[in-house]
Amino acid sequence: MMTKKDMTHKRITSWIVALGLVGGAASAADTDYRENYQRPADIPFPEENPHSDAKAELGKMLFFDPRLSRENNLTCASCHNPSFAWEDAQPTSVGTPMSRLGRHTPTVLNLAWGELFFWDGRAESLEEQALGPIQAGGEMAQDMGELLWELKAVPGYVEIFEQVFPKEGVTEENIGKAIATYERTLISAEAPFDRWLQGDEAAISDEAKRGFNLFNTKAKCVSCHEGWNFTDWGFHDIGLGDQDEGRYEILDFDALKHAFKTPGLRNIVERAPYMHDGSLKTLEEVIDHYNDGFVNRPSLSTEMERLGLSETEKSDLIAFLQTLSSEDPAVTLPKLPN
Amino acid sequence: MKRKLLFVSDIALVAAMAITTAAIAQDPVRITQKGKQFSQDKVSLSAGQSILFVNDDTVAHNVYAIVKGKKQDLGLQKPSEEGGITFDNAGTYRVRCAIHPKMKMLVKVQ
Ligand code: HEC
Ligand code: HEC
Ligand SMILES: [Cu+2]
Repeated sequence: MMTKKDMTHKRITSWIVALGLVGGAASAADTDYRENYQRPADIPFPEENPHSDAKAELGKMLFFDPRLSRENNLTCASCHNPSFAWEDAQPTSVGTPMSRLGRHTPTVLNLAWGELFFWDGRAESLEEQALGPIQAGGEMAQDMGELLWELKAVPGYVEIFEQVFPKEGVTEENIGKAIATYERTLISAEAPFDRWLQGDEAAISDEAKRGFNLFNTKAKCVSCHEGWNFTDWGFHDIGLGDQDEGRYEILDFDALKHAFKTPGLRNIVERAPYMHDGSLKTLEEVIDHYNDGFVNRPSLSTEMERLGLSETEKSDLIAFLQTLSSEDPAVTLPKLPN
Repeated sequence: MKRKLLFVSDIALVAAMAITTAAIAQDPVRITQKGKQFSQDKVSLSAGQSILFVNDDTVAHNVYAIVKGKKQDLGLQKPSEEGGITFDNAGTYRVRCAIHPKMKMLVKVQ
């Protein structure tokens, strides 16, 4: 699992004030499942790219700067919009030139713990990932040489890059490092579910408590959506039935046909529509899919089974998923050098 | 119980001979996978020795190794199934689960 030795850790304490990330022990009763969902105390940062406040701040500026796109009209936040839990509330988004992308925009929340990135896991790190969309035709379609030239022409940027990356300044690698550092600080804040884990029995409803139990038992969600961020960071075919081969295009093992990365489930209500193709509009549709709506094909995950859920059980599961939404502090826009 | 054995070698026949001799000299190392984790994250072997991957977990796994830039796929392993990979040549190899990429281990063959 996460190898601590090659990570540097930053205590989340510095974010506690802003995000309310206080951990705590669950009450003694009924802890079997609860103890698997405790929030971590640290954000892991890689040794090759340690955290600094100035670096994260620079990353935030780049994340919100339209000059990173060819037509200077799109930012990372155009698609990863903090108002929609860092997604864009549409099945697939529009990039440069004005054309629809092939896959739904995933959230950038809680990725510090990730292993491989993109729906098909084709990026090995957030540093590498960040440079993808800037240059991708269809997304920001920017030429890297041109972008470096553009940023170097802004004295404010030259100064900040020099300060964050002494003797290196504005480089492609450093753009990736700054954005990745900012992304690692984007963590969903404490939700009613977390307050329940800490022992506040009134934090969530009885329906939600029953839903949590189903999530861990009959509904089998935990086979893939495990831990505090509700993901195994793995790749599965859940039988959506479209032609996209997903992970198989990167690693051609039979078990990976139509397999996509398991998304975390924090703030899931705000992240509709759902799935890599944005094909499911509501959580009701998602539960119906898992209950009996998936297509059976050779690559279908062996963890997928018809569930036989009653209507009450379905609504209990949804009540539980709703408790994963946090009141995140509003994101302020950075001032950009001009 | 299904059991699969994978020979990690350029020439399967040579590998098959190598393991019959090595198996006498050295037993396979047993690695389990409970909780989506390999029971060890580093293993040292002698050339010709193998690892037996036992799925004692509640979900399926798909172990593979990268040997000389080529992927050696053990295929889908359901709970209670097991399978082996034999390492014939000295070197350092990375073993990973294709389904759960956080499951990783290093194999050092001398
Ligand atoms: C035009 C919309 C668009 C823009 C602009 C955009 N993205 Fe994305 N982003 C996407 C889509 C769509 C995906 C999924 C693509 C895939 O997996 O094939 C994605 C995937 C990602 C992921 C992977 C998330 C995961 O769970 O693996 C990260 C991180 C990310 N983008 C960060 C960024 C950053 C940083 C920028 C700005 C430099 C950016 N994106 C700009 C649409 C966009
Ligand atoms: C076999 C593993 C597996 C199981 C079991 C599973 N999921 Fe998923 N889940 C995934 C994967 C993989 C995706 C993304 C699939 C895709 O887009 O192709 C996903 C997507 C989702 C999404 C949409 C997330 C998003 O960002 O669009 C929700 C919500 C969800 N699952 C909830 C559940 C619930 C509730 C259960 C139990 C009833 C469950 N899952 C069971 C693997 C699983
Ligand atoms: Cu696995």
